[in-house]
Amino acid sequence: MKKLFVWMTLLFGVMAMASGTIDGEVQKQPLNVSAIVMFLVFVSGTLGITYWAAKRTKTAKDFYTAGGGITGLQNGMAIAGDYMSAASFLGISGLVYLAGYDGLIYSIGFLVGWPVILFLVSERLRNLGKYTFADVAAYRLKQTPIRTLAALGSIATVILYLIAQMVGAGKLIQLLFGLPYEVAVILVGALMILYVTFGGMLATTWVQIIKAVLLLSGATFMALAVMSHFGFSLSEMFTAAVKAHPKHEAIMAPGGLVSDPVSAISLGIALMFGTAGLPHILMRFFTVADAKEARKSVFYATGFIGYFYILTFIIGFGAIIMVLNNPEYIDHAKEMVNGMAPILGGKNMAAIHLSHAVGGNFFLGFISAVAFATILAVVSGLTLAGASAISHDLYANVFRRGRVDEMQEMKVSKIATVVLGIVAIILGIAFEKQNIAFVVGLAFAIAASANFPVLFLSMFWSKLTTRGAVIGGSLGLATAVLLVILGPIVWVQILGNTEAIFPYKYPALFSVTVAFIAIWFFSITDNGEDAKREREAFEAQDIRSQTGIGAEGAVSH
Amino acid sequence: MTKEQIEHVRNNPKYQKLVKERSRFAWTLSIIMLVVYYAFILTIAFDPSILGTKMGDGVMTIGIPIGIMIIIIAFALTGIYVKRANGEFDELSRQVKEELKDIAS
Repeated sequence: MKKLFVWMTLLFGVMAMASGTIDGEVQKQPLNVSAIVMFLVFVSGTLGITYWAAKRTKTAKDFYTAGGGITGLQNGMAIAGDYMSAASFLGISGLVYLAGYDGLIYSIGFLVGWPVILFLVSERLRNLGKYTFADVAAYRLKQTPIRTLAALGSIATVILYLIAQMVGAGKLIQLLFGLPYEVAVILVGALMILYVTFGGMLATTWVQIIKAVLLLSGATFMALAVMSHFGFSLSEMFTAAVKAHPKHEAIMAPGGLVSDPVSAISLGIALMFGTAGLPHILMRFFTVADAKEARKSVFYATGFIGYFYILTFIIGFGAIIMVLNNPEYIDHAKEMVNGMAPILGGKNMAAIHLSHAVGGNFFLGFISAVAFATILAVVSGLTLAGASAISHDLYANVFRRGRVDEMQEMKVSKIATVVLGIVAIILGIAFEKQNIAFVVGLAFAIAASANFPVLFLSMFWSKLTTRGAVIGGSLGLATAVLLVILGPIVWVQILGNTEAIFPYKYPALFSVTVAFIAIWFFSITDNGEDAKREREAFEAQDIRSQTGIGAEGAVSH
Repeated sequence: MTKEQIEHVRNNPKYQKLVKERSRFAWTLSIIMLVVYYAFILTIAFDPSILGTKMGDGVMTIGIPIGIMIIIIAFALTGIYVKRANGEFDELSRQVKEELKDIAS
């Protein structure tokens, strides 16, 4: 039982980290000069891009979608840059370092949603939507209720994700650069506001592309450095790791990350459908010219992300060999845990220490700067998606019923960006010492249970009506939130109760089912005049989604 | 789109072919991905020792190449889909649009 608990804690911790959190205490490190210099180079470069992008961002279409002129390769790179967060780099390599094979199980879960997004979602989304996924969900349904629901789902996902990113950023920067936590959080928030308000989607895209290139090259260098120690022989590397790790051969097989079938299926659903319901990811499909480029984006993104996960696996094993028993990286103030001496800054620093082991101070500085750049790229994408939900869905379409001029809408989205940035800074500081292990899990659960079912059925099911979508989507959202509160993380670990009312960490299996059944039931029993019209409108929508006839396609450049 | 245009596209055999074939193709690939992933994750839930089976004399287990294979399969499936969709399906789709233009003018 105790072992299971430890695993559950670890698993959720990693779930959070994999997408953004560094948990626990960190101690401030001495100022790292090479890291700061490289980071300043990155910041001035990206601010230069923002200046360039600002001159090209004139219309709402430019602001939300970079004018729709991003190519498939660029967008694939940017999607990868959006998805590979600093903490998925540090969290997954840290999990491999700690438990070996289990890190690979995690990576695979994060990857397999992408092919499904390609086959079922991406091109229809591109053919039907303009700026946000709510454009698609509300295509033939009533604008006000559907957009309100979609915007709430988007904003909830974005805010939760932002909290995780900001807290992770603060702690990571404190650790790597020796800056105080609040300064780090404010710095991240301020830069993100600059990128997004001035450069819109164009600047955000290029920040993400540059970050993806830096992260992939840094990780490639580390993996090659590790492999070269073993004459590029995987089996020699594994042999050395098995010898070095206190768990020995157990690191070569699953170790208990997924212990029961219900959790396994639920986690799979959360990762797969959650990815397909993340507003900042869905929004990226509107930046390309047509369905062809949208498909290419996913092909490239899947390739980059898959390659990156293979690298993190090698990096984790490299850390087992070069960091684990190296007195230089061990935190001598702490006691051994399961036969392993804790490393400075905790297990998520495994990749950072490895960068020092293979490339000295200079490369450590590079990887630290890349980690910071990575956080900036992810929070910019999130903020832009949140601001679009506020300005395009809530302000322009719900509040003003579509009667609004473009300039006004853009002004609102810039204000929304600044507000979201300030909110993110405040929440980042407020949550510094809180246990935030549940937030990314909750973000994925909401995306999977509220955003995804409504979006998916609006494109695939002719009988969907507004009533069904609103009731079902809301129930999915409520169920996800409720089950996370009653689950082991919040109910037991945070609220201090002895036993969880809902025994599983991942509510997705249950909340997604609730959403789909409720949408189905409240749609088929809906026989009003409006419902009839909405069903009749499906055919025209379907033709457009299948062929792109009438789609927002023209590249405006 | 007007009612006539919808009617025209709906009755166009090329459109019917496009919808039928692409939908079958997309769902087949989706199901392959789901089966592969859930077979993997349920093996871990029910009997993780299977993936710990040794390969040869060293420390290598079959779990490692299987895990890496799943990543490669995911990427390969996207490649297969994009190749066919950007070629064959886009061509059909273009013809459907072309024929619709003839009607409109």
